[in-house]
Amino acid sequence: MVNTKAEDTEIVGAKSNNKHNRIRLLLVDDEKDFVNVIAKRLSKRNFEVTKAFSGPEALRAIRKTDFDIAIIDLKMEEMDGIEVLKILSKMVPELPVIVLTGHGSEAASEEAMQYGAIEYLAKPCDFEELFNRIKEICVKTGGVTNV
Amino acid sequence: MKRRLYANLQRKIIFVTLLVSFIPLIFLSVTIYYQFAQMFKGKIEEQISYRARVQSNSIELFLKERTAILLAMADAYTFDYLSDKNNLEKIFRIMNNRVGGFIDLGLIDSSGKHVTYIGPYKLLNVNYYSEPWFHEVESKGVYVSDVFMGYRRVPHFIIALQRQETNKSWILRATIDSDVFETLVRTAQVGKTGDAFIVNKAGFYQTRMRFGNEILSKSNLNPTIFGEGTTVQEKMNAEGRKILYAGRWLKNNNWLLVISQDATEEMTRLFKTKQMEIIIVTAGCLMIIFTTIFTTRMTIRRLENSDRKMNELNAQLVHSDKLAALGKMAAGVAHEINNPLAVIAEKTGWMEDLLTEEEFQNSQNLGEYKKSLHKIEEHVERARKVIHGMLGFARRMEPHLEDVDINKVINETISFLESYARTNNISIIYDSNPDLPIIASDHSQIQQVFLNLLTNAVDAIGKDGTINISSKRHDLEISVIVKDNGQGIPKEYQSRIFEPFFTTKKSGKGTGLGLSVSYNIVRNMGGTITLESEEGKGTIFTVKLPVVVPEKK
Repeated sequence: MVNTKAEDTEIVGAKSNNKHNRIRLLLVDDEKDFVNVIAKRLSKRNFEVTKAFSGPEALRAIRKTDFDIAIIDLKMEEMDGIEVLKILSKMVPELPVIVLTGHGSEAASEEAMQYGAIEYLAKPCDFEELFNRIKEICVKTGGVTNV
Repeated sequence: MKRRLYANLQRKIIFVTLLVSFIPLIFLSVTIYYQFAQMFKGKIEEQISYRARVQSNSIELFLKERTAILLAMADAYTFDYLSDKNNLEKIFRIMNNRVGGFIDLGLIDSSGKHVTYIGPYKLLNVNYYSEPWFHEVESKGVYVSDVFMGYRRVPHFIIALQRQETNKSWILRATIDSDVFETLVRTAQVGKTGDAFIVNKAGFYQTRMRFGNEILSKSNLNPTIFGEGTTVQEKMNAEGRKILYAGRWLKNNNWLLVISQDATEEMTRLFKTKQMEIIIVTAGCLMIIFTTIFTTRMTIRRLENSDRKMNELNAQLVHSDKLAALGKMAAGVAHEINNPLAVIAEKTGWMEDLLTEEEFQNSQNLGEYKKSLHKIEEHVERARKVIHGMLGFARRMEPHLEDVDINKVINETISFLESYARTNNISIIYDSNPDLPIIASDHSQIQQVFLNLLTNAVDAIGKDGTINISSKRHDLEISVIVKDNGQGIPKEYQSRIFEPFFTTKKSGKGTGLGLSVSYNIVRNMGGTITLESEEGKGTIFTVKLPVVVPEKK
């Protein structure tokens, strides 16, 4: 089995992604099967994936870990993705966030962009496309080259 | 069914309107005619009875004058004097000079012998003792006889009077010229058929009638039906014509002066009035019928039109409601399906990832696994497209306004399909229309509409055909017509063509959303999209978009 859970308890500190060999990614979605399979696939591609199945869980994880990128669903039961985005934009304004949702509409996409999302992708999304987008964003924002 | 309803309503309205118009009109015209006829008849009767009265007066006067002069002569002269033929002739001349109308004059002694006679007949020495008039004179003193034949065998009547001298009595007798008398009577004749004559109490003619009768023949008129004064009676004659008779008794009720008048002749004027009235009433009726039918038809037609418009509006409302409900449902379904689809897609991807690992490389069925996974991906993609279409349909956002050049949009859209069309030998013809204004609209949405229409047209043709696109500018709208010579749309499908998920394409070929999405886009822009289609000949879609002038930047 591949280790998918980020176990480290590193204190959130200054951003310097160069220190890490792997990209640390937070994946937030209440669709557990989806989270699990994406996590597996990304891990296989050398990502360090932290899974969160709700908004509050995601916020807790962010307090613990300094992520390079986050992928968030919009419609979640406990806390709406937009709410999470709002909080994230205050907590970690420099964190690039990709919105990946099945409830895609232009209005939702605009709203997500407004609250700091850097990219908007509709489910079901081609995995290669998602992968490429993540890479591009990481290179742009953090100078990561080793993916 | 509908048509019959309106036809029924029309019939009822016409029937009721005609009924309420005709009943008073006919009642009124009949009453007026009846009153007029009564008045007219009254007038004729009055006229004829007036003539009878006047005529009877003059006849009475005629008789009185002659009686009076005869009386004067008898008073003035003695029997001896009168028995001289010369004297009697002189008197006869005086009488004829003064009043006229005498034929002869005779003196008769008490034994009835005609003593002296002046006149054309050979009546001298004739004895009148046994004649009925002789005794009438003896008993009454003065006597005007009925017409009789007498010795001369010619109808005539006499005025006779008796005078008493000391030892004897004598009678002076004059015969009235019946021509003069008849002429007098007949002055009361009027019109072509009017008549005036006299009958006695027993009903024998005393004067000749205008047409026919023999004097002294029996009249078929019963004198007893005529009462005192002047009486007017109505009788049918042998020819079936209605004759009015005015009768007035003369000469101490011995003679009846009758003035007859053909009522039919007099009534001609009434008939003319009747004809005129009938013509006017008929014309009125025709006008009422015409106007009623015309106005009722117009009203019914308007009613039908407004009903139809209302029904159309209702149908549109129902249609939009249906679309809105379906749209909401589609959106819900789409969202719910996207998540499982995403899981399926990712699980498939994960399996593919795993297949790259060494342990699977030697598996006999590796190729089959890969193929199956690939198929799953293909079908997930297919499902994703359907869902995407549904979401597009459900999208209820306001169009995003930008400057749109319809010509450019159409040409761009054509270019998307050009190579496909060329390989299938389909020519798409559009001459850019320089009149089209730049409008404020949503470029991509309009492009989606035309793309849907053109894709449908291409699919409808299949191979070998032409798509003609034309555009026109009206005052407030732009119309774009997309015409293909493809297979056409069957009539029964035409009303459902804009419904979501309605498609005639093979399963998997079309989602049935293209036209309903286009319909919604155009509707949201305030335009319309309509179709005309004939099976086997082709289809014409007309898109009308309002001209919205872009704001100046």
